[in-house]
Amino acid sequence: MNFEIAELVAVAPEITLLSLACVVLLVDLFICDSCRIVTWLLTLGSLLVTAAVVAMGMGGESQILFSGSIVRDAMGDVLKIAILLITTMVFLYSKEYQQERGLYRGEYFVLGLFGVLGMMILVSTHSFLTLYLGLELMSLSMYAMVALQRDSARASEAAMKYFVLGALASGMLLYGISMIYGATGTLNVGEVANAIQLQSGDQDLNLVLVFGLVFMVSGIAFKLGAVPFHMWVPDVYHGAPTSVTLYIGSAPKIAAFAMVMRLLVDGLGGLVVDWQPMLIILALLSMAFGNVIAIAQTNLKRMLAYSGISHIGFLLLGVLSGTEAGFESAMFYAITYALTSAGGFGMILLMSHRGFEAEEISDYKGLAKKSPWFALMMLILMFSMAGVPPTVGFYAKLAVLQQVISVDLVWLAVAAVFFSIIGAYYYLRVIKTIYFDMPDEDAVASPQFGLDPAGLTLSANALVVLVLGLFPGQLMMICQSAIG
Amino acid sequence: MTSVLFYLFSAILLFAAFRVISAKSAVHAAIFLILAFVTTSAIWLLLEAEFLAITLVLVYVGAVMVLFLFVVMMLDMNMEPLREGFTRYLPAGILVAATIVFEMGIVLGGRYFSSENFPAPVPHGSDYSNTKELGEQLYTTHLFSFEVAAAILLIAIVAAIGLTFRRRVESKKQDIPHQHRVDRNDRVRMLDIREESVS
Repeated sequence: MNFEIAELVAVAPEITLLSLACVVLLVDLFICDSCRIVTWLLTLGSLLVTAAVVAMGMGGESQILFSGSIVRDAMGDVLKIAILLITTMVFLYSKEYQQERGLYRGEYFVLGLFGVLGMMILVSTHSFLTLYLGLELMSLSMYAMVALQRDSARASEAAMKYFVLGALASGMLLYGISMIYGATGTLNVGEVANAIQLQSGDQDLNLVLVFGLVFMVSGIAFKLGAVPFHMWVPDVYHGAPTSVTLYIGSAPKIAAFAMVMRLLVDGLGGLVVDWQPMLIILALLSMAFGNVIAIAQTNLKRMLAYSGISHIGFLLLGVLSGTEAGFESAMFYAITYALTSAGGFGMILLMSHRGFEAEEISDYKGLAKKSPWFALMMLILMFSMAGVPPTVGFYAKLAVLQQVISVDLVWLAVAAVFFSIIGAYYYLRVIKTIYFDMPDEDAVASPQFGLDPAGLTLSANALVVLVLGLFPGQLMMICQSAIG
Repeated sequence: MTSVLFYLFSAILLFAAFRVISAKSAVHAAIFLILAFVTTSAIWLLLEAEFLAITLVLVYVGAVMVLFLFVVMMLDMNMEPLREGFTRYLPAGILVAATIVFEMGIVLGGRYFSSENFPAPVPHGSDYSNTKELGEQLYTTHLFSFEVAAAILLIAIVAAIGLTFRRRVESKKQDIPHQHRVDRNDRVRMLDIREESVS
């Protein structure tokens, strides 16, 4: 039993967020409905303070703490800051939407904060046990957030589907973990890697390991939303209130990327020849199905859901290359995708108002005439998702493709480009609707540029996407130093 | 002797688990689930996991299942719609289940999990307390995980209250301070009624 105060300092961000979330929970109990803005401000404050605490503790050697439960390293710190900042944006976007729909309640903020805590634990996990607990903390908060709109049958259905399928995925992941535990006798990620290294070549052991690996990859694919484990994604994205869709569709993707890294690369890196083909299949199917089915969607939320599936395929391309540079490109992709996705759903939030969800693509007809500024922002975001230069989406795709080619999987890169071109169609269709279609006569008023938080956040978000596309070097360098 | 008991309890457990999913009424299913829990705890006792065995009975049988039975009886569920299409899905279900059992058989029956690789553990003496051991593990090695589990429980409470609590308008709850602040004018209205001449 050895315990040092230094260990507590290293997990200061998690402790800070947990305490602040409890403060938000308690403060919200005692304030009246009209001063709910206090909860909102406190939530934003908690996220920013936690981000500052992470930033202060950055640098130095990576440390493994609490008897190997968690690890604090450069990758974890960078991903945590990205998660915290993107979630701050999510709350900035969703204030007005929540107010108009009776969802502006303390539970939403508390669940959101605890979800972020789960993501942070997931990012810094160094043991299968903490990984599972972090994953459940994140997922439970998200199930509840989807269901918060109780009077909506669609939201309840989405929450139910999400919950049941999510529980199934957790079960598969756990079964895989139990197999790996049976084969290596430890839950610690580092020790698992050592055990695999030592016993490589043992056929009997390998059978057990690969059997566990299959279940683990299935569980991960479920959480990522990769085809063929993607069934829940469109229904949940569509059924949940848009503010919750925004939450689910952005920061958790970064956490899921971290989960892939910790499990497959840090833990089961010795089995790369076994998981590489599995990820190739997942990536190919995700890019193919995601992009092709998205073409048929008339609902913007569903379209973005399928687009999200195809982006997960691209993200997996970076991981499956199995090189350090590949992981860097995948990390870059995860962060920039979360940013772009936040912008896309943020636009829906901004456009919608009381009694009008702005979900259909046709709702955006002639937006360029009514509010040229936001139309331009949407143009940047759609270009970024499609991968059109000079936005960041182009650079992210380029970086991933370079790594795929560098490990001699040229055919895979060609397929990825082919499906991206198919995908470009539906992103450009949104732009065409905005710029070249005539607005309907009875169209409702669209947002004008003002000083409201959502509008400012969207402008900042889209401009960051553009600036990162012009100068990707800085973020790429951060990713390089984080993985290297 | 131990292995006879083990096979006896295992047989009861399998039977109970099967009846949980095949019982016609939900109440019967819940009671068979209790039987499954009790026999599991008996098997755990054979494995010398006394604390876990007692906890299983106390927590699951004593608290969770009682609440569960209560809810099942209150809800008066109609199980018929849930069983619709059972025969239609049965072949596909059996196929999937058989495949998984076959695959698990290959892996678990393989040479790696043979009894030479995993010798039986040496039983501990009577002065060995696995409750103490468990507590020590929980608060030292697994301290971080323990705290995260606490956060999950907190979130479960918040989510459950957030999803079900509804301020009811027709609620007859007393508001004591409000009642104390009442004064006469709220309750009694003085009317000025003029006398009418009786004719």
